[in-house]
Amino acid sequence: MKKTAKQKKQKSMVFKNAVSGYLFILPFVIGFFAFLLVPMGQSLRMAFSDIGFQDGITYTFVEIQNFKYAFTVDAEFGPNMISELIQMAYSVPSTIIFSFFIAIVLNQEFKGRGLVRAIFFLPVILSSGVLVGLETNNSLMQGMKDIIAETSNLTSITDTIKEMILQEGVSAGPISYVFDAVDRVYDIAIASGIQIIIFLSGLQTISPSMFEAAKIEGATAWESFWKITFPMISSLILVNVVYSIIDFFVKTDNEVMIQIKDAMVSKVEYGLSSAMAWSYFAVVAVIIAIVSAIISKKVYYYD
Amino acid sequence: MKRLFKREDKMNKVKNESFKSFRERNRMSNGYLMKQKIGNGIFKCCRAIMLFGLCFLILQPILNKISISLMEERDLYDATVINIPRHLASINYELTSTLMNFPSALLSTLWVSLVIALVQVASTTLVGYGFARYNFPFKKLWFGAVILSIVIPPQTILTALYLNFRYFDLFGIVTAIRGEPLNLLNSIAPYVMMSAGAMGLKNGLYIFMLRQYFRGIPKELEEAAYVDGCGKLKTFFVIMLPDAKPMLTSIFLFAYVWQWTDTFYSSLFLRKFGLLSVAIGGLGDNLVQYIAEISNRTQIPSIAFQQSIISTGTLMIIAPLLIIYLVAQKGFVESLAQTGIKM
Repeated sequence: MKKTAKQKKQKSMVFKNAVSGYLFILPFVIGFFAFLLVPMGQSLRMAFSDIGFQDGITYTFVEIQNFKYAFTVDAEFGPNMISELIQMAYSVPSTIIFSFFIAIVLNQEFKGRGLVRAIFFLPVILSSGVLVGLETNNSLMQGMKDIIAETSNLTSITDTIKEMILQEGVSAGPISYVFDAVDRVYDIAIASGIQIIIFLSGLQTISPSMFEAAKIEGATAWESFWKITFPMISSLILVNVVYSIIDFFVKTDNEVMIQIKDAMVSKVEYGLSSAMAWSYFAVVAVIIAIVSAIISKKVYYYD
Repeated sequence: MKRLFKREDKMNKVKNESFKSFRERNRMSNGYLMKQKIGNGIFKCCRAIMLFGLCFLILQPILNKISISLMEERDLYDATVINIPRHLASINYELTSTLMNFPSALLSTLWVSLVIALVQVASTTLVGYGFARYNFPFKKLWFGAVILSIVIPPQTILTALYLNFRYFDLFGIVTAIRGEPLNLLNSIAPYVMMSAGAMGLKNGLYIFMLRQYFRGIPKELEEAAYVDGCGKLKTFFVIMLPDAKPMLTSIFLFAYVWQWTDTFYSSLFLRKFGLLSVAIGGLGDNLVQYIAEISNRTQIPSIAFQQSIISTGTLMIIAPLLIIYLVAQKGFVESLAQTGIKM
């Protein structure tokens, strides 16, 4: 008899906890239904219909015509998407490697670390929203660059070094990737503010006693990097890869994004715009699923 | 006097001894100590050079913009002027300020961002805490929903959201009361509602970060409070929130800064307020119009001049953010570095 009373009490405790848990996440639950799930459903419906504006909105079901239009008739949508995908494949790995490297450096002790950290986190402000588009559209800088390239025969130091190395007969593939990354180092640095923060916070959770133990056992810094730091941080690599991919796809200067918005705002073709957005999202989702499936196999979880 | 000399002597002696002992130690370790010291020095030098270069790389565009914004137009075409303006002028700032309607735009951006950021921090903190501390059925599913809200590009639901707020009708309640749906566009209401529902710009990321942070705070704190008869809400407000102050500040700063520079929701819902981020988008066209107005003929300003005006505008937008960042920088950087994000 006594036992059941206790069980009952425990059960009611669990129930109470569940209720208060739901009360805490209630804003999200409402927001999720009202401003994500319902609009998603609507936009999916729009993607398959032709939309008119006679007294309110009217939907006419047109099957996959909007998708057909986007991929076969619209001359820009397909190529834009492919070029963005290729750019993503280039930029995400370099962002991850760069931010990982910087996070390791910023985790070390040195004079003026606070200032350097502050400067490296600055891109969190600088690479957001409207400022991204302004930076890439800066035709003045582009003009200056062209003039410099015209007046002097050498375009840049990296080009010269690249030519020298290629003449030595080294295979071009990986090297040209590295040089490409060096040429775009500003873009990479600007895009990796949040990633550096995430890596840095992960690095600080690794307890120093692990490194101490490894050092006493005679491990070099190189070994303890690969055996301790890398596995401990591997879950954050997954987080960062996913974040970088998303960040790249929703950036305001992304060609496809501009086109989707254009179709809605200036052409008032809501159906087409939704169809484009959905096919774009489908591609992004597939890429994220594949990438995270591959990476999460290698991820090591400490506890 | 004598005493002082003596002291110096002593110090020299100590120095010599330490030097000697270094040499001796070096000899005893077969030159390993020396090697390590030199290697360390080289490493530090390389690191310093690299960090300086990268810092300069990040700061360079800002410095460049500052120098351009202070130039008169003729300096832009003068090949001998590189970075330091020959004719210092504030004319760019005055012109940009009138073109963007800067004072009023700044004011409305200030308060709109403040309201939005506060609402977002409040809702995401509640949600993050709920996920960190309570067990409830379908918790994994709901957290999956949070991830989904991060992953879905807002552009996907842009059209639907737009129409949703054009003919606003929450679960059919509004129609039942007023007889027709509301038009909520061009008011702050839609975005405040979305923020309250933790569906604003990057709010999923804030929930994620706050959840990690609350998980890192020891549970014993709350348990002690419960034992002492403190209710759940009171525990949250009195025990947990003060502990999470640094993290809340960072989230607030994120929300504030990203709202400040956001064009997506600003141009969708908040056009009426003439926010800075929207104003700078039309700066180039405004300049053309303005020049046509004052010169009474359509004369397109040179690209260089347009760019220098846009640079000035960018500077004016980020200047308040930079000031906030400089003030809050220390707490911001440290608290972010200590989030302890784990998966």
